[in-house]
Amino acid sequence: MPKLHELAHCRAGDKGNTSILSLIAYRAEDYPLLAAQVTIDAVARHLRGIVEGDIRRFELPALWALQFVCARSLSGGVTTSLALDAHGKSLSYALLEMEIPVS
Amino acid sequence: MAKPLRIGCGAGFSGDRLEPAVVLAERGGIDYLVLECLAERTIALAQLRKRRDPARGYDPMLERRIERLLPALQAHRFRLVTNMGAANPLAAADAIIGIARRHGISIRVAAITGDDVLAEIEPAARTLETHTPLAEFGELVSANAYLGVAALLPALESGADVIITGRVADPSLFVAPMAYRYGWALDDFDRLARGTSVGHLLECAGQLCGGYYAEPGPKEVPDMANLGFPYADVDPEGDATFGKVEGTGGRITLANAKEQLLYEVTDPFGYVTPDVIADFSKVTLRETGSNRVAVSGAHGRARPRELKVSVGYLAGYVGEGEIAYAGANAVARARLAGEIIRERIGRQFPDMRVDLIGATSMHGRSFDHAAHPYEVRLRVAARAKSAELAMIVGEEVEALYTNGPAGGGGSRKYVHEQIGIVSTLVDREQVTAKVTIKEYAANAKAA
Repeated sequence: MPKLHELAHCRAGDKGNTSILSLIAYRAEDYPLLAAQVTIDAVARHLRGIVEGDIRRFELPALWALQFVCARSLSGGVTTSLALDAHGKSLSYALLEMEIPVS
Repeated sequence: MAKPLRIGCGAGFSGDRLEPAVVLAERGGIDYLVLECLAERTIALAQLRKRRDPARGYDPMLERRIERLLPALQAHRFRLVTNMGAANPLAAADAIIGIARRHGISIRVAAITGDDVLAEIEPAARTLETHTPLAEFGELVSANAYLGVAALLPALESGADVIITGRVADPSLFVAPMAYRYGWALDDFDRLARGTSVGHLLECAGQLCGGYYAEPGPKEVPDMANLGFPYADVDPEGDATFGKVEGTGGRITLANAKEQLLYEVTDPFGYVTPDVIADFSKVTLRETGSNRVAVSGAHGRARPRELKVSVGYLAGYVGEGEIAYAGANAVARARLAGEIIRERIGRQFPDMRVDLIGATSMHGRSFDHAAHPYEVRLRVAARAKSAELAMIVGEEVEALYTNGPAGGGGSRKYVHEQIGIVSTLVDREQVTAKVTIKEYAANAKAA
């Protein structure tokens, strides 16, 4: 199965203890596949142990993008986390490790 | 058509590179240069410096940035807007006047205060993050309301060359010059929203030009050692085209602009600033040339009644220690080292984290990559009430040299004071921004 990394790029941002993952298809024709496969449940399963709160997903077809807003994902928050990557800057590449079934 | 308003972004965080702003100032043909230097925690740290010395508490790199920019400011007469005032915009203005005097450059500086609401904040006010009262977070060291365009307009009208602020919503630093230049009303929410989309795309400087984007192979970015910082040519409607100075590194692309438009946005349908609630969902980005991307189509709803306040509190200390292992069984030896530390001080430091750098430190696991790295670095971090206690963590890791697994090398130890940040809301009527003008005239004797 191909990984998301082959189909999309991603940038991670942070607000307090929330990680925001912007997932963007390289090609417009892959956006429907992302929208169908990269569901909230799939992301929650894939990032278990990292994302501890609820996930909201926004669909942005004009940008070929899905926005995932992941609560309680930064070990308590950027400013008081004991994590090495307190901002979760690298979480974009954790999401891109997800395997995508293609027909 | 008149020449559009050109706004450059010369810094995207407090520690950003110095010279890209100088390039924009000298060769960018800019009307405004914005330096965004205030992260969530920066102002709390500045407040602690101000406590020790009332003449400090502004951005520690202010002098270095201003020294390099003043000659270009004089030669090209653009205006500088920056939040480098941090916890002390008045002292920052004095520092800028001092530099101008030394260079013999006439200057008018407008300092904006009023964001500091530490004295007024209610201990019973609940945080947006955990809905618990602020009083539960221990000693508060800073509370700063996010000011918006309305607070900056009087400073722009004063004719000041430099506008220096404390906490202002990042996009507002950019929207204020647009609203001033084009005479936008403060309830013209569609224009304010479009301006906000432009400011948001600019505010992280190099991140629009390939910084935080590059990946060899799928996302190539040229000449990152000389990454150019972006400017926007903004039209009277608030739509804009981005570019960067000829000959600088990096690249402005559609894909990169999409990443930055969505960066840190918790709701793309309702991005809240003190000026507007902006809807980015219908925004159109398009490449209009080499290193040229145009943005249009944001919509706005009425600004919120309340302002967000960022509150800093003393959150104790963190001690860290690291030691590395390589070769056969490196991961097993590093794990053993971590177990030894846990057994020795785990009870004393209940809030402890043990990472294997090179394997699982970033995501807690490695998905399917490199299960057996050639080298791995143990990292132990733990929270402590005092700096003295926090020291023990690094000392225990260092002692693994002679008491731990074979071949441990390169130990390092650190202690940091932690400043926590939470946020709350205040009614905007409770916050009063004020402008103070400071001037130096090169021909006159006194300032």
